[in-house]
Amino acid sequence: MAETVDARGLSCPQPVLDALAAMKRLGSGTIEVLVDTEASKENVSRAAAGSGWRVENVAENSGEYRLTISKS
Amino acid sequence: MKNSLATRWGIIGVGLAIGVLAPLLQFWGNPGNMGVCVACFERDIAGAVGLHRADVVQYMRPEIIGFVLGSLLAALAAKDFRPRAGSAPIVRFLLGAFAMIGALIFLGCPWRALLRLAGGDLNAVLGLAGLIGGIWIGTLFLRGGFTLGRSQQAPAAVGLILPLVMAFFLALLFIFPAQEGQPVSGVLFYSLKGPGAQHAPLVLALGAGLIIGGLAQRSRFCTMGAFRDLLLFRQTHLLGGVLALLVAALVVNLALGQFRLGFEGQPVAHALHFWNFAGMVLAGLAFALAGGCPGRQLFMAGEGDGDSAVFVLGMIVGAAFAHNFGLASSPKGLGPHGLEAWLLGMAFCLFIGLAMRKKA
Repeated sequence: MAETVDARGLSCPQPVLDALAAMKRLGSGTIEVLVDTEASKENVSRAAAGSGWRVENVAENSGEYRLTISKS
Repeated sequence: MKNSLATRWGIIGVGLAIGVLAPLLQFWGNPGNMGVCVACFERDIAGAVGLHRADVVQYMRPEIIGFVLGSLLAALAAKDFRPRAGSAPIVRFLLGAFAMIGALIFLGCPWRALLRLAGGDLNAVLGLAGLIGGIWIGTLFLRGGFTLGRSQQAPAAVGLILPLVMAFFLALLFIFPAQEGQPVSGVLFYSLKGPGAQHAPLVLALGAGLIIGGLAQRSRFCTMGAFRDLLLFRQTHLLGGVLALLVAALVVNLALGQFRLGFEGQPVAHALHFWNFAGMVLAGLAFALAGGCPGRQLFMAGEGDGDSAVFVLGMIVGAAFAHNFGLASSPKGLGPHGLEAWLLGMAFCLFIGLAMRKKA
């Protein structure tokens, strides 16, 4: 079961802070990040790529995004 | 759809565009080193509707209206209009008010600090250092778990309120245009002298505002975030846009003969080094806690963020307070109650930073 970070409704830069904290805690594996703005989606994707994680999938559902990021 | 403006080169391009347009607005009539100043222009709007009666800073600035409406149009076109609200609005209102008071102690927001530097005003170095200092304090709170809490999705009407207010302001500008030599036209006040009397033609100012609003909404351009992300994440994405603005504005100022190096005699500026620094510490901290520079707050309000809209209203009301109660500086120096207002603002920001933390 992937770890989930729920960053919906949070202001900049908290979605990135929370996602980075989860990446650091797990070290590797799969994380799902929930956000609800396009800016947060871009910011989390950029932060993940910058930390060596891969954005595997971005699923949109009624204005919310579920980002799946992973590192082996 | 891929958002090409949110790439590294995209945001650099946006910074270049703003850096060209702002000095041009000065060339077309805006005050010195004030092609675009979100704080100054919101202060002028507060004066235009009579919330303060400082008769040298009253004008319904079309650039601000353009920022919000340009952002709205870009967000609608990109299906990125997301009405939302409910994240500590009262706190955001006061953060906006104190951000404005800090900016008016320095005499400019982060945007103008960059434009002042690009015009050769070395006092801006103190202002930018203060801005970075204030943002740095903000990052300490962010690392410590500071949060204003979650916003909720809201009906479209919530996200449309500030754009509608701006459209109403624009209508007022057309219904009650400036009358030669008259300080009042209908319900609007107009400065006859001072910075408020200096402005680019309406069409150019509004057009530049709409373009910048649209570009900045798509690229997420943010002058505070640029330094915050560098301090917090060692990330330089947003900084690229800010540096591009600075370089472009410098080149255009040199080309137009608008560059003059020094501390003394700079347009709409004072040379009190401590207060140039300290004013922007307060502003930078308030912007960092609220999650965006004053421009970004306008762009987010345009894309439906009701909390950013409250921050904007806080800035406008803060400007009225600043001029009604002698908190704002002037080229002559610090306002009579600038010190007290600064202490109160710092106390408020530090209290909020410490008190609003998520439970571990």
